[in-house]
Amino acid sequence: MSQTPTTPTHPSAGHELEHSQHRHLVTYPKFLWKCFCAATDGGPLFYAWMIFLTAVTLVGLSAWSHQITNGMAVTGMSDHVSWGMYIANFTFIVGLAAGGVMMVIPAYLYHDRDMHDVVIVGELLAIASIIMCLLFVTVDLGHPERFWHLMPFIGRFNFPISMLTWDVIVLNGYLLINLHICGYLLYTRFQGRKPEARFYIPVVFISVFWAISIHTVTAFLYCGLGGRPLWNSALLAPRFLASAFVSGPAFIILTLYILRRLTDLPVSEKAIKTLLQILRVTICINLLMVISEMFTEFYSGTAHTASARYLYFGLHGKDALVPWIWTAVALNIIAAIVLLSPGLSKRANWIKAACVMVFIAVWIEKGMGLIIPGFIPSTLHEVVEYTPTITEWKITAGIWAFGLLAYSASLKTTVAIIRGRVSNQSPNASPQDVKL
Amino acid sequence: MPPEVQDNNTQDTAGKTVSLPVIGHISRRTALKAFGATLGIAAFGTAAKPMIDKYASMSPEEMLQRHYKELDSDERAAVINRLQDETKAKHGVDVTIRDLPPLDGVKYGYAINLSVCNGNGECMRACHKENNHDRESNQSYIRVLEMKRGSMDMEKGSTTYTHPVPDDDKFYMPVQCQQCDNPPCVDVCPVEATWKEKDGIVVVDYNWCIGCRYCEAACPYHARRFNWKAPTVPDDQINPDQGYLSNRMRPAGVMEKCTFCLHRVRDGRLPACLEACPTGARVFGNLLDPDSEIRWVLANKRVFMLKEELGTQPSFFYYFDE
Repeated sequence: MSQTPTTPTHPSAGHELEHSQHRHLVTYPKFLWKCFCAATDGGPLFYAWMIFLTAVTLVGLSAWSHQITNGMAVTGMSDHVSWGMYIANFTFIVGLAAGGVMMVIPAYLYHDRDMHDVVIVGELLAIASIIMCLLFVTVDLGHPERFWHLMPFIGRFNFPISMLTWDVIVLNGYLLINLHICGYLLYTRFQGRKPEARFYIPVVFISVFWAISIHTVTAFLYCGLGGRPLWNSALLAPRFLASAFVSGPAFIILTLYILRRLTDLPVSEKAIKTLLQILRVTICINLLMVISEMFTEFYSGTAHTASARYLYFGLHGKDALVPWIWTAVALNIIAAIVLLSPGLSKRANWIKAACVMVFIAVWIEKGMGLIIPGFIPSTLHEVVEYTPTITEWKITAGIWAFGLLAYSASLKTTVAIIRGRVSNQSPNASPQDVKL
Repeated sequence: MPPEVQDNNTQDTAGKTVSLPVIGHISRRTALKAFGATLGIAAFGTAAKPMIDKYASMSPEEMLQRHYKELDSDERAAVINRLQDETKAKHGVDVTIRDLPPLDGVKYGYAINLSVCNGNGECMRACHKENNHDRESNQSYIRVLEMKRGSMDMEKGSTTYTHPVPDDDKFYMPVQCQQCDNPPCVDVCPVEATWKEKDGIVVVDYNWCIGCRYCEAACPYHARRFNWKAPTVPDDQINPDQGYLSNRMRPAGVMEKCTFCLHRVRDGRLPACLEACPTGARVFGNLLDPDSEIRWVLANKRVFMLKEELGTQPSFFYYFDE
C-alpha cells in the first residue's frame, strides 16, 4: 500500500572492497539505463504483447479513475458483501508470490544446480505478484489518497493488534527482499563479477521464511474473525499455503515452457521435473484439505455451515457460486489425475494443460470461492448475492495486465543479462544498440 | 511472455528501410518508439484525469488533516468550521456541528423488550432521518429481524417483511451496533480510525478512515455501513443538529455506524430510535447509575446478549417479559 520502491535497491552497493564507491555511482545508473533499454526493445511479438498489456492496464486505470470519482457504488459490493473481486484476487496473488519459494528451496537448500539457473524466474514472479497485491488492496480502498495514515510513524499504525498492519509489513518486506536478491544478482552479473554470498545468501534464507509468513498472515486476516464461521477455521492458513504451492509452481512451469520456446535462457528439463514433483505432492495435500473442510462442514451439519452450503449447493434459491466452485473441484481433480498418471505426466502438452487447470481452479477456490461466501449469508443471516460489475472486471484485468507487464519486462531484461547481451562491457546504451 | 529474437532478425526494423526520413542519428525505430511513448503518456493522462481533477480540488487542510485525537481544541474548531461551511456551500443549510465529549461517570447501555416490540420499524425510520442517512438506499443503522416464535435461529428470520405487523407467529428483534466492550471492529482497524470512547460508544473518524472495510467484515452484528457513494439528502430534510463523531454529513468512501446518537445522549437527551418507538420496547440509560431504568431491567429481567459466545461483550441487551 505504501513505501513501494520502483527500482532495485542495493545496500551492498558501495560496500565493495575492490571497487570504489565512485565506480558504482557510474555503473549503477548505467545498469538501470541498460535494463530499461533492454526492457523496452524487442521483436514484433514482444511489442505486440507489451502494447496489449499497456492498453489493458490503461483501461484498468481509466476504470479506477471512474471508481474514485463516482465512489465505490460503481462496484457490485454492498454492506452485505463488502469485499469482492479485488480482495479475492489479492488473496490468490499473495499465494502466487509465496509460490516462488518452491524454486528457492530446491535451489538454495538442496543445491539443485538446474533449479539454481532458473530460480530468478520465481523471484521475479514474487516481485510482480506483490506489486499486484498492493494494487488490489489500493483499488479496494474508499480513500486511497489517505494511504499515509497507514504508514508507521507518519500515520497511526495499529500494530500489532490489526492483522492488516502485519500484512503491510510482510508484503512490503517481501517485495524489498526479492528486489534486493534479484537486483543484486543481476547487477553483479552485469558487472561480470561473481555474486558474493554474504550479500545475498542470508537474504535468500530469510525469504524462505518470509514467503511462508506472507501467506500465513494473509490467512490470519480472515481466520481471526469470529463472526465469519466459514473463515474462522484453523485449517485456513495451512490450506492457503498448500494452494499457494499449487498455483505458484504451476504458473512457473508454464513460464519456463514459454521462456524455453521464446528465449535462449537454458531451461533444463530437470528444473521442470522438480517443480512437477512438488506440484504432485501439493495438489494432493490441497485436495485433502478441501475434503477435510467439506467433511467437517457437511457431516456435522451445524448452523455454522450455511456459507459452505451456499457455496457448494446454494441457499434459499441463491446459487451464483455453485457452478464456479464445482468447476474448480473438477479442474483440481482432473489436473491431479493427469499429473499423477505415469503416462500423461510425461507429455509436455498434458503437463501444460494440467498447470492451466490447477491455476484456474485455485484462482476460483481461493479467490471468489473463499471471500464471497464468507459474507453469504451475512452476519444477520440475510442472503444477498454479489456480482462484480464491468468496472471491477476492468480494474482487475488492468492490474493483472500491469503485473504481467512488470513480469515480462523483468524477465526480458534478466534473460538479456544472463546471456551476456547486456553488460557493463557492452556498447554504451542507446536504443539502436540493443538488438534483442 | 517476452520473445527473444536473434540479432540478425531485427535488422529490418533498425533503420535500414527508409520509408520514414532519418534525421541525424534518429532512426525510424527510435522515432516510432518516441511516438508510441508519447501516445502512451497521453492515454495515461486521459485515463487518470478524473482522478487527478478530484484530488486537485481537495484543500490541503482536508488532505493533511490529522487524526481526531491529535487535534487540539483550536484545530478541532477550525475543522468544524470548514465542515459547516462545506455543508452550507453544498446544501445551503446552516448546520451546527458539535464535538461533545463523553460525560464523566457514564457508560451507556441499551435494552429491548422483545415481548413488546411489534416490528413496526419506527426506530429504523427515525434513525434514517436523525442521522442524515442516504435517502436513495433508505439506509439506517437498525435492521429489524422478523423471527419465528420458538426459535432464536436468525437463519429462519427475515429483514425484508412487508406485511402488516405484528404477525402472531413471529417476534421482532431490532439489531444495531451493540457497542461491544471487546469490539472486533476496533481491533482490526489498521489506522485506529475507529475506537471506543470512555462512555462505551464506538465511534469513527470520517476524516481518518481509509475505507478498507475490514471492520465491516469483522463485525458479527452487521452494524457497520459503508458510504459506497456520498449520501444524498434533500436540503430541506437535513438534520442541522449534528455531532462531529456522529451524524454530520459523511463523505463517500468511509465507514459509519450507530453511535447511540451521541450528539443527543451526551446532551442529556435520548436516542432518536427510542424516542420514536411507539411500543415502549426500548430502554436506554447509564449502566453506572444503580437507580437507572436500564439497571433495573438488568437486575429484574432475564436478559440475554446476541452472539454472546463470540466474546464481544455487548452493552446491548434483549429480554422477554414472560
